[in-house]
Amino acid sequence: MSERKQSDFREELGLSSMTLGRREFLKLSGGGIIVMVTASAAEGWFQEPPRQAAGRELPTDFNAFVRIDEDGRVSCLTGKAELGQGINTSLAQIVAEELDLPLGSVDVVAGDTALCPYDMGTFGSRSIKYFGPPLRQAAAEARAVLLELAAERLGKTPAELGVKDGAVYEVARPDNTVTFGSLTQGKRVERALAFKPPVKPYSDYKIAGRPAGRKDAALKVTGRAQYAGDIRLPGMLWARILRPPSHGASLKSVDLAEVEKMKEVTVIQDRDLIAVLHESFDGAQEALSKVKAEFDVPQAILNGENIYDHLVQVAPPGDVVEEKGSLEEGRKLSASLFEGTYRTPYVAHSPLEPHAATARVEGDTATVWASTQRPFGVQEEVARALGIPLQKVRVITPFVGGGFGGKNRNLQAVEAARLSKLAGRPVQVAWSREEEFFYDSFQPAAVVKIVSGLDGSNRIALWDYSVFFGGERTSQPFYDIPHYKILSRGGWTRTAEGAHPFAVGAWRAPGSNTNTFARESHMDVMAAKAGLDPVEFRLLNLKDERMIRALRTVAEKFGWKPSPAPSGRGQGVSLVNYLGTYVAAMAQVQVDKKNGRVRVERLVCAQDMGQVINPDGARAQIEGCLTMGLGYVLSEEVHFQGGKILDLNFDTYEIARFSWLPEIETVLIDNPGLAAQGGGEPPIVNMGAVVANAVFDACGARLTRLPLTPERLKAELSAAKA
Amino acid sequence: MKEIIDFKLNGKPTRVSTDPGRMLLWVLRTDLGLTGAKFGCGEGLCGSCTVLVDGRAERSCQLPMKEVRNKAVLTIEGLAADGRLHPLQEAFVEHNAMQCGFCTSGLILTAYGLLLKNPKPNRAEIVEALDDNFCRCGSHRRVLRAVETAAGRMTGGRK
Repeated sequence: MSERKQSDFREELGLSSMTLGRREFLKLSGGGIIVMVTASAAEGWFQEPPRQAAGRELPTDFNAFVRIDEDGRVSCLTGKAELGQGINTSLAQIVAEELDLPLGSVDVVAGDTALCPYDMGTFGSRSIKYFGPPLRQAAAEARAVLLELAAERLGKTPAELGVKDGAVYEVARPDNTVTFGSLTQGKRVERALAFKPPVKPYSDYKIAGRPAGRKDAALKVTGRAQYAGDIRLPGMLWARILRPPSHGASLKSVDLAEVEKMKEVTVIQDRDLIAVLHESFDGAQEALSKVKAEFDVPQAILNGENIYDHLVQVAPPGDVVEEKGSLEEGRKLSASLFEGTYRTPYVAHSPLEPHAATARVEGDTATVWASTQRPFGVQEEVARALGIPLQKVRVITPFVGGGFGGKNRNLQAVEAARLSKLAGRPVQVAWSREEEFFYDSFQPAAVVKIVSGLDGSNRIALWDYSVFFGGERTSQPFYDIPHYKILSRGGWTRTAEGAHPFAVGAWRAPGSNTNTFARESHMDVMAAKAGLDPVEFRLLNLKDERMIRALRTVAEKFGWKPSPAPSGRGQGVSLVNYLGTYVAAMAQVQVDKKNGRVRVERLVCAQDMGQVINPDGARAQIEGCLTMGLGYVLSEEVHFQGGKILDLNFDTYEIARFSWLPEIETVLIDNPGLAAQGGGEPPIVNMGAVVANAVFDACGARLTRLPLTPERLKAELSAAKA
Repeated sequence: MKEIIDFKLNGKPTRVSTDPGRMLLWVLRTDLGLTGAKFGCGEGLCGSCTVLVDGRAERSCQLPMKEVRNKAVLTIEGLAADGRLHPLQEAFVEHNAMQCGFCTSGLILTAYGLLLKNPKPNRAEIVEALDDNFCRCGSHRRVLRAVETAAGRMTGGRK
């Protein structure tokens, strides 16, 4: 492409008028071949549902998803973050596949707002499902561009050439090759295609679709993987910030006299922000202990017991999520009615890495290294807080030490940026575990009320379902029900004033852990009353072929033998369709009736997620979900008194341990005809019901409130006896 | 009051001038720039900050500097000898025994502390040794297998 043509192309795409950091992008991204993705390639990207509401869109001027460097290495640029879910590997597999390149030659640059295309955030099991297709198209376009460049160099047409191991070769003379790196000729090349090249069919995959080891493993086992709190900058200070004892508390008085006498400590007071800064974290911590403050604390009314009645009382009328037929008709058809109320508590994200951010603010520019799931969200929040333009803020996302929804919120990044501006030096804010619990946006406590009916042949005739503050996700029934109505009254996204005494938000599979616990527990309540085996009862009420297949697959792997519950064996089942990923789980538990303890001995999980990019990564996500999920079933519950969070550390907030680990078996159901669905969240969703149903099967106690603590189980068992 | 404290860090004689009551974790992470030991809870509950002191797994967030005087401290940065991964590191890579990786250094060093004491642990002994180390991502199953794999190789002669 001549100079002339390139400039025409720039004009055409409006590149000369772009504003969003393009100059910065070009400077930072260095040489190499940048492939400008055609609008059609980004089409799938725009289909991501909440994107339309984001107010910011994918830039149409430089959609650089793929860059070929002068040394022949290829970079995938993504606005997502590597939280542990493994996109560093799976996105690289997608690129390597289209470019016929060894996986080791592909790097993933994640979450750098100066280099990567805009992205709303890393949540909702969307990275492969929604970013995968445009990335694949971008890589296919990169391949076509490399063929064009090689054709010019070798004096051939692209049709005469092939691609292998990072080089283009002439098919008729395979020794006539030119490497990707040499095609850049040490210059920067920008290309866009006039056509849309096809992507490879899944059946031809050799790199994607096969298990791949984590590309970040070597960094993570040697301590070289850097997280936001590992960033060290010359002159950097650590900040510790004065915190209220309770949400809703207001500062009455503060005495900084003692701390101001400490010569190595910088004290900053700016409106609501009072911080002490020191050249070491522990130095700042010690200084903070010398700050004397008094707060007005509002009277604590809500607690873990009365919260559920409160939520039902304050719930708005709500929205109908989905309905079919008429509830009145359903009632008439019902031979027996079932009423159930299910409750799930506030649950903390508890990533092992507490929120951290390192900020360097100089004049009107800011660079922030943040542990975040939303790098571009941090960019917006920091720009707003500092009153500087968006393009003056660069957010770099190092490895993130777990997120699970909790790192959608980034107060720490704003704190670090504000303090860096005020101190005139780089500042790191690394939250303590206590701060992590205090400022966490918990999975909201929620209530589900269900009235259902069975007709004379044990088919569900009626399903009247209301969820209070849980959110609608996975509340839609996949069972074959003629008359149903799903009402969502107060979701997890809308924090109704006065509903919760602290922040709530997305927690791995938001809404779904509540809804599926309720639905699948209630299914077993009906099955037990009907005297039917829980699997048989589900099959009787299912028409969805994918779900039937998932259920049959898990039952076979588990070795399920039909029997009505409670059978005394301690076996349970639960199903979910989470945003297109179908998951069927079975559990074997042991219940100690004397002390009320539940031991999960075996979990089997079958998952149909369509095409699978990294089967080992998908299995790791399933294992991770099942193991993490043991916590919310058996022990996790945030303790609070009004706005005061009583859990300060892991001594009272218990997450799953090695000694809890059951035998885990996973099945990836072969479904290559369906595009890749998400895998980071779906397998955790069944955990509440699969264990609660197995507990019922073991001992006849039906627990309708999570977690299934020994006290609750003992109480239920003695109530059943009485 | 600052004191001179001498100890061995990853095989090298090291001298710091610091308050003897300061916790080793912060000296490592701030004064010495070794960030492989992580801050996860600050109270010795999660295990992310684990290092070896004279071959024993210790929570560096709870270990005052005065207690490492003249002792040998091994952090994750010192485990790979001569550019070659330690069998435990190798096994963690092979089994993909991590997700976010924040707990990984602590798990590897806790496991190493076990294997130095008990080179042929059974599954129950490994579980017991790792039970106070948290992994929120749920890599437990793979971690146990990785430790078993590494134990097998180490008793086969590799250190």
